[in-house]
Amino acid sequence: MLTLTCPYCGVTAEETELQPGGEAHLKRFGPGSTDDDFEAYLFARKNPKGVHFERWRHAYGCGKWFLAARDTANLQVFGTYAAQTPHPTPDIVALVQAARPDWQPDWTETAPATQAETAEKGAH
Amino acid sequence: MSDNHSFRLATGGRLIDRAYQVPFRFDGRQMRGLEGDTLASALLANGQLMMGRSFKYHRPRGPIASGAEEPNALLGLGRGGRFEPNQRATTTPVVAGMVTSSQNCWPSLNADIGAVNNWLWRFFPAGFYYKTFMQPRGAWKHLFEPVIRRSAGLGKAPTEADPDKYEQAYGFADVVVVGGGIAGLAAARDAAAEGKQVLVLEQNPHWGGRTPTDHADGQGRVDALLAELRALPNVTLRRNTMATGLYDHGYLLAREALADHDPNQGIPRQRLWRIRAGHVITATGALERPLAFAGNDVPGVMLASAVRDFIGDYAVAPGRRIVVVTNNDDAYRTALAALDAGLEVPVVIDARSTADGDLPQAVRARGVRVLTGSGIAGVKGYRGVEAVKICDQTGSGDVRETVEADAVAMSGGWSPVVHLWSHCGGKLNWNADSVFFAPDPARPPLGADGKGMASATGAAAGDLRVAALTGAVQERSLLPVWVMPEHATRKARFKMWLDFQNDVKVSDVELAAQEGYESVEHTKRYTTLGMATDQGKVSNINGLAVLSKALSQAIPATGTTTFRPPYTPLTLGTIAGEARGEIFQPLRKTPMHDWNERHGAHWEPVGHWRRAYCYPKGGESHAAAVAREIRAVRASVGTLDASTLGKIIVKGPDAGKFLDMMYTNMMSTLPVGKCRYGLICSENGFLTDDGVAARLSDDTWLVHTTTGGADRIHGHFEDWLQCEWWDWKVYTANVTEQWAQVAVVGPQARTLLERLGGMDLSPEALPFMGWAEGELAGIPARVYRISFSGELSFEVAVPANRGLELWEKLHDLGRDLDVTPYGTEAMHVMRAEKGFIMIGDETDGTVIPQDLGLNWAISKKKADYIGKRAQERSHMTDPNRWKLVGLESLDGRVIPDGAYAVASGRNGNHQRNTQGRVTSTYFSPTLNKPIAMALVLNGPDRMGDILEFTNPGGEPVKARICDPVFYDKEGTRANG
Repeated sequence: MLTLTCPYCGVTAEETELQPGGEAHLKRFGPGSTDDDFEAYLFARKNPKGVHFERWRHAYGCGKWFLAARDTANLQVFGTYAAQTPHPTPDIVALVQAARPDWQPDWTETAPATQAETAEKGAH
Repeated sequence: MSDNHSFRLATGGRLIDRAYQVPFRFDGRQMRGLEGDTLASALLANGQLMMGRSFKYHRPRGPIASGAEEPNALLGLGRGGRFEPNQRATTTPVVAGMVTSSQNCWPSLNADIGAVNNWLWRFFPAGFYYKTFMQPRGAWKHLFEPVIRRSAGLGKAPTEADPDKYEQAYGFADVVVVGGGIAGLAAARDAAAEGKQVLVLEQNPHWGGRTPTDHADGQGRVDALLAELRALPNVTLRRNTMATGLYDHGYLLAREALADHDPNQGIPRQRLWRIRAGHVITATGALERPLAFAGNDVPGVMLASAVRDFIGDYAVAPGRRIVVVTNNDDAYRTALAALDAGLEVPVVIDARSTADGDLPQAVRARGVRVLTGSGIAGVKGYRGVEAVKICDQTGSGDVRETVEADAVAMSGGWSPVVHLWSHCGGKLNWNADSVFFAPDPARPPLGADGKGMASATGAAAGDLRVAALTGAVQERSLLPVWVMPEHATRKARFKMWLDFQNDVKVSDVELAAQEGYESVEHTKRYTTLGMATDQGKVSNINGLAVLSKALSQAIPATGTTTFRPPYTPLTLGTIAGEARGEIFQPLRKTPMHDWNERHGAHWEPVGHWRRAYCYPKGGESHAAAVAREIRAVRASVGTLDASTLGKIIVKGPDAGKFLDMMYTNMMSTLPVGKCRYGLICSENGFLTDDGVAARLSDDTWLVHTTTGGADRIHGHFEDWLQCEWWDWKVYTANVTEQWAQVAVVGPQARTLLERLGGMDLSPEALPFMGWAEGELAGIPARVYRISFSGELSFEVAVPANRGLELWEKLHDLGRDLDVTPYGTEAMHVMRAEKGFIMIGDETDGTVIPQDLGLNWAISKKKADYIGKRAQERSHMTDPNRWKLVGLESLDGRVIPDGAYAVASGRNGNHQRNTQGRVTSTYFSPTLNKPIAMALVLNGPDRMGDILEFTNPGGEPVKARICDPVFYDKEGTRANG
């Protein structure tokens, strides 16, 4: 039974407190999209053995959805982070690569900074 | 061994107290054990060596082990609701008054008819079931299956409820040490010295593992460590606690026996510990392996360690003349223990060419013959050992001499207990010198931080002697012996047991290899090796060694099967804990729950709620009550406790835009003060919920969901808000329990509500599909004029703590109107009479709103909503999708729920083709005839067609397709 730390309330929660939500960072395709794009969005999932980005909800806690970077094969958790980002944040990428130097991101666009990161940069 | 002779030795017995006799019964016979005995030692002391029959051949079996690994001595314990099958006699303490019985034999242990299988062994090889029962087809169903079902399974399940109590507890520790042997105790001391909170779990009632039995001053060494640990405030010692499984991120399950088999203590019988461990140290010791020689399953043939345990721990002699057979030095300890107890050891048979270590020399010094390079060719005896035939180990089994004996102590070496280590991904290495698999410290199971969450110590890590702690004498290396003798004949291999419980022999594993089962996992399933209740604890290594030999490959190339929890079986009672009966799960109660109960409500579980299904009066049947309630509503007025309906507030500048995405129809254009029925689909396009939304103010909506859908739909809203449109300014709140809600329904509904006073509920002030806020009888209220019954209807929502007050006032003031409380079934029937769909009846996760004729509730103007793109897929727009229609039964019979409409021809599976299925079906008291709704191929275009519906066990029911709205098609009643 996994333990994950909710990035919102800071509680390290047991799996019984959490609701799984499958693969993170899916791009939604709505009306007007091609059949192939829509099929991939609705049905195709990565299911890797190794580094994976997942959606979890702290359902029996603060109620917030968050994302977790995790190794599906050996259960190592690289980090958890806010759901409001279209791609893993640079911080999370750095954490994954610290543990898995060979791992490379498989998206091309860069993640825009989250509100929190922007605020932090502004403060410096 | 004769049955009535006492085998208790005159002196000794580390764990027994001779001052206290313990009477118990076995198969109806009265016996006596001693305080501290296990059932196995007590039965042996009473001369009862045979304790069961094997699974397949029904061979007589005695215990071969003295602990949790025992495959043979499985008994039924207790009576009635406390009966438990398959309890290991070797780990069950004997308790005064205990009632025990043997299993897998009929009519009795001594005269078992199934033992005929034993003489038919040629016909029951590995894979027998797969090969034999394939043809002819009909024979399986009518002949083989009934016979196999009757004879399958060990033991019998109890038929009564378990009267015992069980509990669960949570535990936390920096370090959990599993195993209270000397290595575990030392590891606990070391961890405690670092300031860690340490928990030590020991499966047995006593500490020290094998050390007190096997090593000089072992007890003293254990006692010294225990005294040290007991003085430490950061160490908890817990006996009688079996760690059964290690799971993700240090989650450890353990079962503590509190009042096992002694129900009269008034405390829970067992406690399941759910432990979150920072680190787990497995100090689980090692298990001795049997040797595979012909007749190694005859009662009286035991593991060498078990023989000396029975002698040393319980002062019980498994035999008076004990032959030791071994491939290692350790078994000589058994010879010494037997000699010390005054028993005879006629010979030690050692497969190795030399045996000149300290232990063999000590045995020789006692005058015992040691035959090196030797093996056992066969065991004489069926119900007990009579003699042992000795041969050369390197030969094919030519008998050199025969030695009379009544017990054999065998040792094929030891295997570390690696189960916990392996449960969560720890890897093993094959140690060719010591001939066992042991944990690879470089590849432990990982915790959340990516570091090892477990480490092994002592024998569990492969250090069998733990000499640094035990002071154990040196031992010479063992010789791997997987078959004895090396070139045993084919016939002998048919009598060499690997898995004692499932009757898997060397010949079976070799046959599997010959037939192409190269994977150890396949061989396991084909032969059933290791699949019995002991999960092959003593058999696995021998089995895969034999398989490796047959495949001409090294043992590590074959590998092990997967170790899965639990290590020993957990009772279902422990897993359930206190969650049974009334507190199985929390019960949600509406403010009117107690009133409903007082008024005879027949309950229907809906989610965690209990809703009144109907309110039977006097001796009324449920059907009669439902019919009466419907007639009262349609004739005058009724009340429905609708408090369970989901109520979610959606608020914010973007609330309208958001609801337009959530619902198929337009919610942003709903005027303040109005209500609108809406549909919610999944992104798959399937209809998942429905309900009425009311616009409370410019930026606030209150949406109703189904009773079961409240939490799910709130979660669905939050998912899209948090994860997709996180920049939209919307808040949601699930206020389901904040409001009590009463549907006041029927032609006299307005009359009744007006008697409460406080609000203008006239058609002009509150038209159909409007809502108003005010006070009714002094209670703050929102009144929604919506109807799920087709009648004039008001749903009144009041703060939850005023709900009962409102409900009682309605019933006080409406007595002359025959105001009738009605339940969910009346609600269901009335909505069906009106052709309204019900989520879960008309929908099942494969139905889209377009199937249900709900196109009017799907916006054509909106660019997007959840499910819209999916509803454009070719499969969703297929004109041949089944569509909703009504049905009229031709002969007055109610059509069975879920029945299929048959079509001509058959499909590829030789089944009748179908063209529709019933989704709702009732007898309508209003129309005095059966009504139904169904999804039918091209249904709306086939009005008047007659379909034939399946009716298992009866004649098919014919029905005519019709409009699903059966009652008040014009809708004038609701508009009254």
